[in-house]
Parts: sequence; structure tokens; C-alpha cells
Amino acid sequence: MFTEADLTALAITLKLALLTTLILLVLGTPFAWWLSRSRCRLKFLLEALVALPLVLPPTVLGFYLLVALGPNGPAGELMQWLGVESLAFTFTGLVIGSVIYSMPFVVQPLQNAFSAIGSRPLDVAATLRASPLDRFFSVAIPLARPGFFSAAILGFAHTLGEFGVVLMIGGNIPGETRVISIAIYDHVEALEYSHAHWLSGLLLLISFIMLITVYALNRHFRLGHTP
Amino acid sequence: MSIAARFQIRRGDFHLDVDLNIPAQGISALFGPSGCGKTTLLRAIAGLEQHQNGYLKINDMLWQNDHHFVPPHRRPLGYVFQEASLFAHLNVQRNLEYGLKRVPTAERKVSLAQAMELLGITHLLRRKPDSLSGGERQRVAIARALAVSPRLLLMDEPLAALDQARKQEILPYLNSLHNELDIPVIYVSHSPDEVAQLADHLVLLDKGKVKATGAISDMLTRLDLPLAHEPDAEALIEATVAAHDADYDLTYLDFPGGRFTVSRKPLAIGTKVRLRVAARDVSLTLAHQSGTSILNIFPATVDELIPEGTAQISVRIMVGGIPMLARVTRKSAEILQLQPGKVVFAQAKSVALLS
Repeated sequence: MFTEADLTALAITLKLALLTTLILLVLGTPFAWWLSRSRCRLKFLLEALVALPLVLPPTVLGFYLLVALGPNGPAGELMQWLGVESLAFTFTGLVIGSVIYSMPFVVQPLQNAFSAIGSRPLDVAATLRASPLDRFFSVAIPLARPGFFSAAILGFAHTLGEFGVVLMIGGNIPGETRVISIAIYDHVEALEYSHAHWLSGLLLLISFIMLITVYALNRHFRLGHTP
Repeated sequence: MSIAARFQIRRGDFHLDVDLNIPAQGISALFGPSGCGKTTLLRAIAGLEQHQNGYLKINDMLWQNDHHFVPPHRRPLGYVFQEASLFAHLNVQRNLEYGLKRVPTAERKVSLAQAMELLGITHLLRRKPDSLSGGERQRVAIARALAVSPRLLLMDEPLAALDQARKQEILPYLNSLHNELDIPVIYVSHSPDEVAQLADHLVLLDKGKVKATGAISDMLTRLDLPLAHEPDAEALIEATVAAHDADYDLTYLDFPGGRFTVSRKPLAIGTKVRLRVAARDVSLTLAHQSGTSILNIFPATVDELIPEGTAQISVRIMVGGIPMLARVTRKSAEILQLQPGKVVFAQAKSVALLS
């Protein structure tokens, strides 16, 4: 069924997806809030930038990250100056790549959820003595709860399936950067089809269950069940 | 005690330019057609939108001048929106508590129990907003605004989104609020009926400008203003319950111009009431009629006349210093030789009583 190496790859994949999702929720929430509220005229530039990973081949994104994070890249040089080893081919590098790669899947549902609230509930809260930060936590976040569910699940599921970016900046170091999608590729290369079957089937099942959850939740909230 | 507000707001073609001074007591209505700037002005007073060069002072509280702007959450005000806008993620009780718990204990003057009692919503506490009727939702929203013990209550057409039956359901609550809490209210409306029922003071807005401002009874009967020319134009008269007549089942109401007789009302002697007398229900005679079924006849002086179309004339008369309106045909006006200063008798065919 699953080899020892497969299970390690599975653990790394889950760790990567979980960490990426958490980081994206923390960074993406204020960013999505700003995108949904701001009337800044240059906002569309940032929106396009966030959406880039949707259309860009993952290898392109991975290539640029490799160049940037490698010992001779701008980020890499900064790291070396700070006394940190190059981030290319490390788990940390993988997390950075995944955060960028999965960003639209987290930021867009959040931005849509915040926009759907409209300004009225926030105006009401302001007249009920709530400061801007208070309004954000006591009104905006609870009302955007369906968006948070979608964002977390989509971000997690999308990171699980990542391949191109990982291949470019993560390499294939067992126990460090070797994730499921790479493990499947290796099995196929080695003509170990049954192993590939097990891993692929597992990934298919997890992804499908998560998408079912997203759509069931959307339906639930759309039918007027308040969160 | 007064509210001073000066705002110049430009938005595209629309230009609001007001310099208001209204008493900080009772209900002041901002009245005018849709698009005249009522809501814009109310939002500026709440601080929901910040405009340059504004000035706003409520009694001794300076909320805005050139160097100073108090953000809305630091202004002790209550705001009722046209849509109830309850927080969908909170039940009724937690909606009510949302503002209350953000007010320092020392500043709480209206208790939650009092607010709930006034609006009759005690039985709804556990319900979610989406399970309430439109009228219930709006009552919760009003109680929620009262629970912050506001020193100024702003209401933006709180009844406009409701049907006639729901309006009649809420109006008595608004009236009792007026009588029981000493909170000045600025009430935005485009309904002459609501204004007549609620307001003490009226600010007439038109195309972003203040057209006139004054006591409601005066504003309703001023012939240079549009309200006196509505088909349902009417006068408001403050009266006091003087006596009940058990034999005929009648109630007598005194006002400076005399005594109204109406069918018996379950009101204590001394209760202050508001009477509405429609212009089309008032006829004028030169002598005191005796052979008539009409009981409410008062000596009056003609104050002003203005033609209403080609056949009718609107007449403003003074009855013991109180202005009333009469609508008569041009022909009768000629026969009676009506002119300012003429002494006549006003007969009121019917009188409506407000709480």
C-alpha cells in the first residue's frame, strides 16, 4: 500500500498545506479587507497581481522564486547577509512558494465575502460606539464567516495539489521537501503504478471531500442560514 | 439648548448648503422630497461621512469644526436607519446589547429593560433577526439605538420601508418615546402624515437648501410653504382634556381659541393631546350658526388668502392666536367678502385626535 517514504511525503504535504493556509488567513484577511474597502485608484494592479498564480504556469512562478531565493538572488543575498542559509530547496522556501501560489484562492473568497457585507452593518456598528477595529472584529469577521470557510478549504486543497512550484524551488529531498505530488511522479517514473494509484486515489478523495464541503457550505449560507 | 449645524456638501451636480439652528428638544423633522439632501445631512450630523468646512454643535458638545472632528463612535448619538439593519449573526438580545455594552456604566441612562418595554419587544429576545416581521425588526432597531442612552437620536425615515399597517403599529411607540424620554430627535421624513403626527419642529428642505424652519403648527399652515397646499393640508392644535360629559358620552378639549367637543376618549383630565383639523373640513360663516349639527364653532380672524387653482381659495385664520386652515370656493370667498382682518366664525366638521 503506502511505503514509509510515501507516509513521510504525506506528512510533509499536510504540514505544508496547513502552514500555508494559516499564514494566508493571517496575512490575507487584512489584505482582502483593504481590497474590499479601499477606493484607491491603483487597487486593480494589486488585484491583478494576486490573481497571477491562477493563470501563470507554476513552473514560471517556481523559476522566479528559485532565482529570487537562491544564494545569488536579491532575497537570497539579503538572507545570507542576515546569516541565514539559502532558502532554495528547503521547507521554508516551499512554504514561501506555496503562500504566493495559493494566495488567490484565499484572498479572493475573503474579498468577496467582505464586499458582500456592504457598508451598512459597519455604519450601524459605528453609531453603536464601536471603533473601526472593534467593527472589524465584531461585525465584519462574523458576517464574512462563509468566506473564511471557503478560503481556508480552497487554500488548503490547492496547496495539496501543488507540483510545478515545488519541483522548481523545493527539489525532491525526502523528509524535507518531497510532497505527495512529487512522490506520485517518482512512482510513475519507476513504473510503480500500484503505489502511484494509492497516492493518487488518496489525493483525489481528499480534494473531492473538501470541495463537497465548500459547495455544501455555500448552499447552506445561501439558503439564509446565518452563520 | 440647541443644535447648530452648518454644512456645505458637493456631490456631482448636487449641492447641499445648510445653516441650521434648531431646538435640542422634542422631535425636529427634516422634511422634503426625495433627493433634497435629508439623508446626506443626517449622515453628516452622525459623522458617518466627514465633510470639509462643516460645523456641528449639539448643546455644549462640539462635534465638528475646522480643526476638530469627533468620529461617529465617540458621539453619544443613536441612529435608526431606513432598513432595520440588525446584525444577522446576533440574536435580538445580543443586537440590543451590542451598543449598550460599549457605553460606560456611568453614562447609561436608559436601561435595556426600559428600551425593550417602550418598544414592546421583550418577548422577542431569543429570536434571530431573520425570523422577525419587518415591524418587529424596526422596533428592535429603535430599542437598540435607545439602549446606548443617546443624547441625540437620529432617525432616517424609519417607517418608509414598512407598509401602512406596520407604520400604524410603530407610530404609537414613537409617540410614547417622545413623551417618556427626554432625548432630542432629528427625524427625516417625506411623509406629511408622519410629520404631522410626530414632529414639534419642522425643517423644510428643498434641493439642498433650507426653505423654512419653525414650529410644526406654524409651518403646516403657512400659505407661502407647500404643506398648506397639499390636498390633505391640516392644522395641528395642542389642547388639554378639560372634562368628560357622561350624559352624551363626549370629551371636552380646551385650547386658547375655545373648546373642542369630541366623542368620549379614555383620557385623564389634564392630558395634553394633539388635534388635527383638515382644511377641507373647516367652513367659514359671517355669523355664529345656530341651526347646525356642528358643535365645534370658533370666532376667528382671517389672516391670509391664496388662490388654490381657479375654483378654490386657501384661507389661513387665527383662532385665539392659533393658526388654522380653511379651504373654500372662490365664489364663497367673494360672497363673504373675505379679506385679511375680517372677523368670521370657523366651523370644524371633524377633528382627529392624536395620542
